[in-house]
Amino acid sequence: LPSPAALQRPLCLAECPGTGSAQAGRAAACQGCPNQGLCAAGAAGPDPAEAAELQARLRAVRHTVLVLSGKGGVGKSTFSTVLAHGLAADEDKQVALLDIDICGPSIPKMMGLEGEQVHQSGSGWSPVYVEENLGVMSVGFLLSSPDDAVIWRGPKKNGLIKQFLRDVDWGEIDYLIVDTPPGTSDEHLSIVQYLSATHIDGAVIVTTPQEISLQDVRKEINFCHKVKLPIIGVVENMSGFVCPKCKNESQIFPPTTGGAEKMCQNLNVSLLGKVPLDPQIGKSCDRGQSFLSEAPESPATLSYRNIIQRIQEYCEQHHSQEEKSI
Amino acid sequence: SERSTNLLGVRHILLVLSGKGGVGKSTLCTELALALRHRGHRVGILDVDLCGPSIPRMLRVQDRAVHQCDSGWVPVFVGHDSGIALMSIGFLLERPDDAVVWRGPKKNAMIKQFVTDVAWGDLDFLIVDTPPGTSDEHISTVEALRHYKLFGAILVTTPQ
Repeated sequence: LPSPAALQRPLCLAECPGTGSAQAGRAAACQGCPNQGLCAAGAAGPDPAEAAELQARLRAVRHTVLVLSGKGGVGKSTFSTVLAHGLAADEDKQVALLDIDICGPSIPKMMGLEGEQVHQSGSGWSPVYVEENLGVMSVGFLLSSPDDAVIWRGPKKNGLIKQFLRDVDWGEIDYLIVDTPPGTSDEHLSIVQYLSATHIDGAVIVTTPQEISLQDVRKEINFCHKVKLPIIGVVENMSGFVCPKCKNESQIFPPTTGGAEKMCQNLNVSLLGKVPLDPQIGKSCDRGQSFLSEAPESPATLSYRNIIQRIQEYCEQHHSQEEKSI
Repeated sequence: SERSTNLLGVRHILLVLSGKGGVGKSTLCTELALALRHRGHRVGILDVDLCGPSIPRMLRVQDRAVHQCDSGWVPVFVGHDSGIALMSIGFLLERPDDAVVWRGPKKNAMIKQFVTDVAWGDLDFLIVDTPPGTSDEHISTVEALRHYKLFGAILVTTPQ
């Protein structure tokens, strides 16, 4: 082995001011960085005309909730659909579910909407309605075949996300739920940036109990702090399994470092709830059925309902606080 | 354009892919590397999941750092005989919980550096762990490896 030179970290990581910072693209360390142009443009804020357009389109949205995770496969889309169905159970509430996972859109299948297409009218793109009060938008509806791969770099994904916000005729909505892909990249930066035209109530962050997931979720929590996105709380999925035959409980994904509970304590964020593994959840997703309706007696359903209630309370509380301050 | 020599000693390159997250790509990369090493092969792992690098923790080297030599960056050697060479952005973070919040172009530049600047030496297998999706990281990795012995891809899924 060659003898190691003094430790040198690449300049970009040590000195990057952060893409969300006011110095993004403008700090000395930004010279020569491939992102410099993008960051400098972003730091100046969205184009005022575009911002006005987005603001007008999203004016009638009362509450916006982002569903995030640093980690893939922890149940973001599953949770987003359960949240959407749960909120839409109140027929007086208008709910919208926006899927910005451009490469792996799961929402159409989970909502039983595979094969549906988006129609255009004079007022814009029409969401696809599952119920009268529950509309959905996803790139999945724009593909000619469900197996078509969307192999796009960041800028093209950002363009579609902007279109979803600007061109879809959402109408008056009580709750806009945004399902995201895993990570902390273009989609996440863009949705926070574009939604700055309206008000985001906060983010629900989804994890599973194991450290490999929590590791990525801590990064996501840091991302939220960096972009000043409030965190409504954390949901721990796949939290234990109760065998329907022998009723014994097993930890399929053991929380070797204390699970979401310990992480939430350490990072001072709310743990909204823990949802146990239930094979019916996966089945309902595959079949495009509402898990809450298919398995009303499941312990997972009880957990979900409690979590949904806490999210509603958070949104209503913050809304009334805002109204008081106006 | 000058092509880096750092991958010329690598006999086979395996990409581990999935459209879906959380199906066990990183787990498979780790186990595959350990199994190949157990059979006496020289193995390296390149972790191009920039937002969620899992491999360092899976091999219990999350606290290690990367050093430079004349030919480039020295990979971190792991395994009970230090026989597996590993490169991951996890080693380059100031703090383990730091989020890598980069747009595409910066991710692409980092991946290119990982491909050209790491002094892998002579390896029988280089296993490349990827994030979920079909986007910047995937396009850039395949483009950067195009001139080398791109062996093939293993696709990982779960039953649902």
